[in-house]
Amino acid sequence: MTGRHVVVVGAGPAGLAAADAALAAGAEVTLIDSAERPGGQYHRMLPEAYEATDPGALQHGYRSFDRRSRRVLGHPRCSWWAESSVWALERRDSADDGPPLVHVLRGTPRRRHVLEPDALVLAVGAHDRVLPFPGWDLPGVYTAGAAQALAKGERVVVGDRVVVAGTGPFLLPVATSLLEAGSRVLAVVEAAGPAAVARGWLRRPWELTSQLGKSGELLSYTARLGRHRVPYRMGRAVVEARGDGRVEEIVTARVRADWSVVPGSEHVTAVDALCVGHGFTPQLELPVAAGCDLRPAAGGSAAGSPADVFVSVDDDQRTSRPGVYAAGEITGVAGAPAARAEGAVAGWIAAGGDRGARALVTLGRSRDQGRAFAARLALAHPVGRAWPGWLRPDTVICRCEETTYAAVCRSAADPTRTEPQVAKLATRAGLGPCQARVCGPTVAELRRSTDQGAGPHHRPVAEPIRLGELARPPEPPPGRATPATPATPSTPTDSPAEESTS
Amino acid sequence: MSPRLVPAASDPAGRRERPLTITVDGEPLTGIAGQTVAGVLLAAGRPAWRRAPSGAPRGVFCGIGVCFDCLVTVNDERDVRACRRRARDGDAVTTQSRAQGDERDGRRAR
Repeated sequence: MTGRHVVVVGAGPAGLAAADAALAAGAEVTLIDSAERPGGQYHRMLPEAYEATDPGALQHGYRSFDRRSRRVLGHPRCSWWAESSVWALERRDSADDGPPLVHVLRGTPRRRHVLEPDALVLAVGAHDRVLPFPGWDLPGVYTAGAAQALAKGERVVVGDRVVVAGTGPFLLPVATSLLEAGSRVLAVVEAAGPAAVARGWLRRPWELTSQLGKSGELLSYTARLGRHRVPYRMGRAVVEARGDGRVEEIVTARVRADWSVVPGSEHVTAVDALCVGHGFTPQLELPVAAGCDLRPAAGGSAAGSPADVFVSVDDDQRTSRPGVYAAGEITGVAGAPAARAEGAVAGWIAAGGDRGARALVTLGRSRDQGRAFAARLALAHPVGRAWPGWLRPDTVICRCEETTYAAVCRSAADPTRTEPQVAKLATRAGLGPCQARVCGPTVAELRRSTDQGAGPHHRPVAEPIRLGELARPPEPPPGRATPATPATPSTPTDSPAEESTS
Repeated sequence: MSPRLVPAASDPAGRRERPLTITVDGEPLTGIAGQTVAGVLLAAGRPAWRRAPSGAPRGVFCGIGVCFDCLVTVNDERDVRACRRRARDGDAVTTQSRAQGDERDGRRAR
């Protein structure tokens, strides 16, 4: 099968692998990403204008990433759409007509295009989840991902006395990036207790050998933190940030397994920046717009919130919608090696590649091992249910509309406002510019809402579009590559293993 | 101390610096080609530039275009995410506010 047009949305580890495999299978590929350069958040690149002579100095696995990225972007059948956003997916009248039309805003100034792919691979990733606490809306409080993006992506460090807090292994690379860039990291504050961390990380250690790349990566971060004598404080959480117009000090406290605060354990630390992350929220607006079925997070919702959902896929990375595939963190947060494997499977199958290809077996194994590793980490770093104990009545829950905790509780208790949409209008939580991307899962959890699923992720317009842009007719896709000769299918590269070694 | 740029001389990535100038509410700020508008503002020592409805200050929060805290106007284009827009030499950036009564209150302009 050649000449199929595969549109891949997202050029992080999953999307890049999908594009690579689809090209190998003989497809024509359009790869779309909102950034200037490929890599996503994991391989966040320096701007081209920095003309870095050694960009690999800041990256894990840079060489294999760079190789793949050059192969894909330089491929004659690949169109690379940088600084482009998919603002809507338009379902066809009949599912038999294939995947939805892809509405794109491309470049600066933005031009509007509509793509009509034979297959669509969604690999849009996730963003940090941050649980609210008093003062979390002060300037100087960043998501862990923001600190990472600024340090790795443009060499700006957020402060000189920094605490990195929240839960999960991602806090470690963030702290390492800050150290590398010359910040003083006062501590990494991990809410999970030592027992939970040990249970998740150390139980059945043979499982780790399959993920040596990943665990090796974690070990290197841990070693680096050790060298800089950065304390890793487990079983503690940042429960308040204070300051006049910007963060000046934070309060940490010991927390129990359910993240309830141990009274009297509070400790004040002077900081000039705080970086927080409590796991990740998958970016589900496009899968939801495409009509893909969602599934609850693996392992049930013992610790998860009602909004803890991912895209449901089969072993071929197919979603419930014909011609629509999903890969990477939107199917479960399992790290870069698993994302690469999922992406390669999705791209290969989406392009009509041979299901009997031997590499698929290796890729499938790598994906399953990645998922097992992710399940362990999730076990080690669950979000404790008692975290709302940190909140005060006047704590802002929705940063955009400044809806307070008291207002959310009042609305949850009001029987006339049980419908999420009614509650939204009444409290305004989720109606601001970010459209509930930040507060959506939190509000759903606080309301103990029963609208499990797409609710907080339903955004028909996935990206703000101006009326002027909408009024202009779409332009034909520029310079879409057409193969001069029929492409010869080769084989999907089963490189997740290779990539995790450098 | 405030956010700052890693000095190019000590940067293991071995990068070049080509300075650029933007104005923010008329005041000139120097940045480096390739930086985002948010990066220029932060490295210039400004952790906040927008106002929430209550007047509370906002700057960068998510850094990857999700939270919309960092919105600015760039050359008359409203609601640009400063963390995602590369600064270009000569860009005229105006800050925004959603506070009632603030002359920059975008809701009346829209």
